[in-house]
Amino acid sequence: MNIEKAENGTEVTLSLSGRLDTTTAPQLEETVQESLTGTEKLIMDFEKLEYLSSAGLRVLLTAHKALMKSGGQMEIRHVNEVIHEVFEVTGFLDVLNIV
Amino acid sequence: MNELTVEATPENIQVITAFVDEQLEQYDCPMKAQAQIDIAIDELFGNIVRYAYHPEIGSATVQVEVVEEPLAVVITFIDQGKPYDPLAKEDPNVTLSAEEREVGGLGIYIVKKSMNAITYEYKDGRNILKIRKDF
Repeated sequence: MNIEKAENGTEVTLSLSGRLDTTTAPQLEETVQESLTGTEKLIMDFEKLEYLSSAGLRVLLTAHKALMKSGGQMEIRHVNEVIHEVFEVTGFLDVLNIV
Repeated sequence: MNELTVEATPENIQVITAFVDEQLEQYDCPMKAQAQIDIAIDELFGNIVRYAYHPEIGSATVQVEVVEEPLAVVITFIDQGKPYDPLAKEDPNVTLSAEEREVGGLGIYIVKKSMNAITYEYKDGRNILKIRKDF
C-alpha cells in the first residue's frame, strides 16, 4: 500500500493505493497519528484502494473517534464496490462519514 | 488441487495471497470475487498467524481447488494449533455507534457475508476451515 499525504491549512488528505490489510494497516495508523495534531478535517481518498479487511476498519474507526473527540471530522471518498460492501455488512456505512 | 505450506507468520500472509491470486488469474476469476477472496485470506490466515500457535510459531497449509458447476474456488486453511472454531462465535452487533463499537469479530463476519459457503471441522489434531466462492 502507498499513502500520499497532502495538507491544506487544517485539512489533510491521505490518498491510499493498493491494499489495506493486516500487513499495511500499521502504516496507515502511523500516518494518521502523525496527521492528527491541528487537523480539523481528515480526508481519506480511496480512489486507488483495491480493498480493505477488518485490520483496516480498526484503523479507520480509531481515526474517526480521535477526530470526533477533538471536534474535527473524517471523510472517506471514492469507495469502490468491494469496499462499499465491507462497510455495508459491518454497519460502518452508518458510523463513518462516507461520501 | 494446489497447496502451499508455510510458517504462520505475518510476512507469509502476502505469500499465501500471491499464491492464491496466481491460480485465480488462470481461471479468469472476476476482479470483485478475487478481492473478496483476498480479504478472506487476510482474515483467516491472519487469525492463524495471531492465535493458532501463539506464542509459538507453527505451520499452516493452504489448498486451492477450482470446481465446476457452479464454477467456484474452494480454499482450505489447515493448521495444527489450538482447536478453534471461528464459526461458533456469535455474530457481532453491527448497529452500534462509533463510541460503542469494537472491531473484534468483524473479520470472520465479513468472510461469512462475502463467501458462498464456509465450514469448519477439527480432525486428527487439525483445524480445517474451508471457504467456497462462486465465480
